[in-house]
Amino acid sequence: MSATLLGVSGLTKRFGGVAAVNGCSFQVDEGTITALIGPNGSGKTTAFNMITGYLPADSGEVTFAGRAVKRPNPTRLYRAGLTRTFQQARVFPGLTLLENLTVAISQPWRTLLRRNVAARDRERALTLLEEFGLERLGDRPAGELSFGQRKLLEFATVLMGEPRLVLLDEPTAGVNPVMVEQIERHVRELHARGLTFLIVEHDMHLVMRLCNPVIVLDGGATIKQGPPAEVQSDRAVLDAYLGT
Amino acid sequence: MSRLTRTGVLRAVVVFGALAAFPFVFPAQWIVNIAIFTLMYAGLATAWNLLGGFSGYLSLGHAAFFGVGAYAIAIAFTHIGIGGSGYKPFFALPLVGIVVALVSVPIAWVALRVRAATFAIVTLTLLFVVQQLAFNLHHLTHGSQGLALPPPPFDVSTFEQPFYFAMLGVFALAFFTCWWVKGSKLGLMLFSIRDDEDRARGVGVRVTGAKVIAFALSVGFTGMLGGVWAYYIQFIYPQFAVDPLITIGAVLMAFLGGKGTVWGPTVGAFILVPAQQYMAYKLGASELYLLGYASVFLLIMLFLPRGIIPSISDHLARRRSGRPDEPPGAVASAPRATLPGGMAP
Ligand SMILES: Nc1ncnc2c1ncn2[C@@H]1O[C@H](COP(=O)(O)OP(=O)(O)O)[C@@H](O)[C@H]1O
Ligand SMILES: [Mg+2]
Repeated sequence: MSATLLGVSGLTKRFGGVAAVNGCSFQVDEGTITALIGPNGSGKTTAFNMITGYLPADSGEVTFAGRAVKRPNPTRLYRAGLTRTFQQARVFPGLTLLENLTVAISQPWRTLLRRNVAARDRERALTLLEEFGLERLGDRPAGELSFGQRKLLEFATVLMGEPRLVLLDEPTAGVNPVMVEQIERHVRELHARGLTFLIVEHDMHLVMRLCNPVIVLDGGATIKQGPPAEVQSDRAVLDAYLGT
Repeated sequence: MSRLTRTGVLRAVVVFGALAAFPFVFPAQWIVNIAIFTLMYAGLATAWNLLGGFSGYLSLGHAAFFGVGAYAIAIAFTHIGIGGSGYKPFFALPLVGIVVALVSVPIAWVALRVRAATFAIVTLTLLFVVQQLAFNLHHLTHGSQGLALPPPPFDVSTFEQPFYFAMLGVFALAFFTCWWVKGSKLGLMLFSIRDDEDRARGVGVRVTGAKVIAFALSVGFTGMLGGVWAYYIQFIYPQFAVDPLITIGAVLMAFLGGKGTVWGPTVGAFILVPAQQYMAYKLGASELYLLGYASVFLLIMLFLPRGIIPSISDHLARRRSGRPDEPPGAVASAPRATLPGGMAP
């Protein structure tokens, strides 16, 4: 199992004169939990934004599931099985938790005016809410959730599209330790069910025990990609983090 | 997505039943006249809500499509001489609605490329473009001289009634469409766009399609109302058929009653239009009502930022659950330090 699911090569983005991402190249193999780490401002979120079609790249190529993604578009990628969460935990505050999930079901146009969710989809949404410990809040607006709960809901929502690859941007930032454990458990379970992850994470302990391989960005470029132990002892990586 | 509740259906049956009986109970012409404008604005506000309230794209240019509908009926029945008048213009309304909706699709597709704030300005620009067209396409519209429609051959004593029922019909159509959409997948898509469009794109919501459909439906009804209006007032001029104040009025009513709700725009119209028309009737026509509009708008923004219906239903929900009133906006506030649900260690 080492088919490349996501390939990124030479990805570049400049804001004004400053290159936020600068010739970034890496790959995510199917069936891995890959980490993308790097000091603050090293371009991780910007890279996510380009891969998922939120930001046009200045140059570089992205392939997903063996196909070149010519003009990345979030909606199309989601429907093709690539999805992401946001660093700031974005949910639809005016929709109930259940609606947050059902809106994320990819359906054909002809179901547009249907008022009832298909029993199967509703079941899936309820199961997910239950797995994430949110079932009691199913009919409450998501705007009432705490920050950590929003992170969980956002995570649950992207699973409705039955993705192959999930990009998580700082899933544990600002979340209490109990919930961090919960998120880790979900990643492991979903991984066991065949999902591939690419995770931006600042908690190095979590990265070291959860992810393999680890990709290190510095100044918008990949400086290292390898197993956690190797990355941990890498000279260039240490320099990047220690700022020398 | 929601199912139709029995109280919801009952409420609609009672209201529309009462509206159907209204002109027989209060046949005085001046009252029916006020009622016609009330229904027109209820329809306009409801149609506007379908886009503005649901998706958060606040159009300031809907009057452009009102004018297009008005001129479509006027031109069809004066120049082209489809012949006769009578009830025919009413029967042409569905066609007007469909054509306006279809024509709006490419316009919507372009206008909806920009985000909310810019969208308001783009639509406002569209309004002035259409108004200029109405002034300048002289051979069709007679420009500033105005265009007369063939006089309706209705009996003087019940002259208003056909117009009343035409307005009621279009309003009902807009209302039930809005109601249906709100509980459908399309409604959910529109609300997700209102809440966070980028995130909606990221979870597979086809935002452009949803917005364009909402736009087309919304302006289709608006055009039909314009058609009824033109036939009713008989003589149309560019500055009145394509009048920014028509949009402003409808938007104000939607805000007052509660945008994004099914009943809000109707409630807003049923309060504001009779009040305004009655004042005009009693005090003589004047532009003073603009001052009234401005004050109402300020008051809503200050005291009822979400409108009447959401405020009432929140209040009722809290009374039922025995919680004290929370300050407005508490629901949408930043993360609160509540214990995460279902997180028992
Ligand atoms: N929209 C933007 N406009 C200008 N500069 C930006 C923008 N987004 C990110 N940057 C800059 O790009 C660099 C990389 O940011 P980011 O990708 O958010 O880093 P990371 O997620 O690794 O912390 C930072 O220096 C940041 O200030
Ligand atoms: Mg970041």
